[in-house]
Amino acid sequence: MTIQVVALILILAGIAWLANNTIQNLSVLGKDFDFGFLSQRAGYDINQRLIEYTNDSTHARAALVGILNTLLVAFLGCITATVVGVIAGVLRLSKNWIVGRLMTVYVEAFRNIPLLLWIIAIFAVMTESTPQPRDFRGDDPAATMNLFDSVAVTNRGVYIPGLDWGPGSLVLILVFVASLVGIYFFRRHARKRQEETGDILPVFWVSLALFVVPSLIIYFILGRPVTLNYPELRGFNFGGGLHLRNSLIALWFALSLYTGAFIAEIVRAGIISVSHGQTEAAGALGLRPNRTMNLVVLPQALRVIIPPLISQYLNLTKNSSLAIAVGYMDVRATLGGITINQTGRELEGMLLLGLFYLITSLAIAGVMNLYNASVKLQER
Amino acid sequence: MTHSHSQAFVRTEMLAEQAPPASEMGALRWARENLFSSIPNALMTLVALYVIYYVLAGISPWVLGGIWNAESLRECREIRDTLYGEGREVACWAVIADRWHQLLFGFYPSELYWRPILTLILFGAAVAPILFENAPRKLLILTATVPFIAYFLLWGGSIWGPVAVALGFVLGWAVLTYTQDFLGSLGATLAAIILPILYWLYFAGTVGNALQGILPIGIEAIGSDEFGGFLLALVIGITGIIISLPIGVFLALGRQSDLFIINKCSVIFIEVIRGVPLIVWLFTASLLLNYFLPTGTSFDILLRVIIMVTLFSSAYIAEVVRGGLAALPRGQYEGADSLGLNYWQSMQLIILPQALKISIPGIVSSFIGLFKDTTLVVFVGLSDPIGFSNLIRASSEWNGIYWELFIFIGLCFWIFCFSMSRYSQWLERKLHTGHR
Repeated sequence: MTIQVVALILILAGIAWLANNTIQNLSVLGKDFDFGFLSQRAGYDINQRLIEYTNDSTHARAALVGILNTLLVAFLGCITATVVGVIAGVLRLSKNWIVGRLMTVYVEAFRNIPLLLWIIAIFAVMTESTPQPRDFRGDDPAATMNLFDSVAVTNRGVYIPGLDWGPGSLVLILVFVASLVGIYFFRRHARKRQEETGDILPVFWVSLALFVVPSLIIYFILGRPVTLNYPELRGFNFGGGLHLRNSLIALWFALSLYTGAFIAEIVRAGIISVSHGQTEAAGALGLRPNRTMNLVVLPQALRVIIPPLISQYLNLTKNSSLAIAVGYMDVRATLGGITINQTGRELEGMLLLGLFYLITSLAIAGVMNLYNASVKLQER
Repeated sequence: MTHSHSQAFVRTEMLAEQAPPASEMGALRWARENLFSSIPNALMTLVALYVIYYVLAGISPWVLGGIWNAESLRECREIRDTLYGEGREVACWAVIADRWHQLLFGFYPSELYWRPILTLILFGAAVAPILFENAPRKLLILTATVPFIAYFLLWGGSIWGPVAVALGFVLGWAVLTYTQDFLGSLGATLAAIILPILYWLYFAGTVGNALQGILPIGIEAIGSDEFGGFLLALVIGITGIIISLPIGVFLALGRQSDLFIINKCSVIFIEVIRGVPLIVWLFTASLLLNYFLPTGTSFDILLRVIIMVTLFSSAYIAEVVRGGLAALPRGQYEGADSLGLNYWQSMQLIILPQALKISIPGIVSSFIGLFKDTTLVVFVGLSDPIGFSNLIRASSEWNGIYWELFIFIGLCFWIFCFSMSRYSQWLERKLHTGHR
């Protein structure tokens, strides 16, 4: 008890000392502690935005644009990193010697070289070794578009076909969502029935049919409401389509490949951790190989894989703040960069920035703890 | 009765042993089993071989044909055109030959390179007894003194500054040992923490100056702004890990502790530090640290960065050590209690030696992470290797050179981090032998 009281007094004294210093320093500099700057006009442009924003918008809006950009690159990165990581992890365990070695080279190369170096190297590839938009001009152009004239890789970014949402798209989306809900309920029904009667329904094929068929039928009934919008050369630059900036692509690729290398190791460790006796026992029960995988090996491997996997997602989200190296406008660049420089509100800006990352991390960690509690082995 | 009477021919002696068929031997069998065991497998092999060929065919002429002797990128290109004719791209390794010392040492004066090199050798000798069990135990004396020697060698100046600081630790140790009888263990611990801090704040400077006045010994002082390249990365990384290790251990103990206030404070500290990216902490160090300290204090950015990096990595090490503490069987804790040891005795004699041993691989990998993260200091204006690559590219001779610098920096990082991770795998194997 004495120790606790002493520690509490020391900690409170420390905090009071820091707070006192801060107040003194702020008054010396003639500043106050005020979040009013958030509702002032930002006055700077953001080239990459998911929501409406002009330089007349407020600093709060700019921060929101940055937050969405951070979440965008983190979301894209998590998906591709998982795909890359799972493939590399499984292939690293492959019986094929040369493929296994190749994956080892990939994993060791990306794990042992700083992410920052990968980001700027990929950015340099994107800007230095790709053609300029004007190289696509003329009868005998120096560069051509890929994939049936639908994708243009230039030093200003990659142009891909975009989607035009015509009238009736809403119905299409609703039907698609409804079929997803249908798949969920069908799977639940199939599992319940298997547990009660032992009959096994063809879950995969029915799910696939539910996923594709209703949406396709509605798509043609409504007369193709959603169309592709191809990029084309207009003047000195490409117009139409979707413009992915080099900064986004470099950040996305580097984050995916770097985190993918870590995920590959996690997946490999997870698969190895399921002892061989489990597979053999499943075989002795008469389960076929794919059922053994789904019902015996994967549930046990996932228990080992998921917690470190989620902490890798967390790392990826935090590492997306390296956007600064390529000028991607994430939340650190808007709220923690230009806004702070323009208003001189370092204390408030950094506090909000830290709070955003902290809340994101705690939310992801909270999900992880819930999952851990649900799959934990029950011991004595 | 044998068949020899009823059969026309029965072999009575063994055939001589024959070599197995060629397809079941050596390289051929290995290739069949490992590369071409089935059709998908064979396809994968072919694809992998093609990828390897494609990459090597693309890169090796560029790497091997590289030019090593040139003064500038333009000269490099002239040599290339006379050697290979127009239109072929080759590497210009001359930039590495010209600037390698800057990438390694930054602006550190070239006639003083022996100082960082000697520091590195001493450091290697000092960590040897910690990393390898069979290194001589006497090196531990060096381990205790090397931080002060390293500071003296790297920054230079008077020798008495580090000596005066080291005296503070001696003071703390003396207080802890000799006052235990009449202050009790809690009082002695508090005194051993408070007295050295008071000494450092108010007397260390005077003692250093007085000693310098009596006996002036010193070497040329080097400012923090002359540190750069891998020297800077190593200084930040190694200082960070060494100071963060004890802090991390205390935080981990705090997080495992039953004392409510200490537990909650440790949890908050660890989660806040881990929840926010290092780059935000570095900006905090460069923009905000002055707000939190008494008005008028200002110290250089390198020190601020080291403080931040230390706090950051201590939170990560705390989590690693907590894993080690949690991995110990409960019986160890109960056994320590039943022997009648108090908390600190049981931690010091029973729990921590085992928990730290389990956590060494995790500590090494968090060191690798920290070392890679030192590249981020480029954003607060320090010239780490990547910062120096930008500086070199900004000079008129080497404007426009990318890959040679990236490859050199990447290779240096790779060698360092890969050997660390191999060490940690070796250690893991060694520590696991008893449990199989």
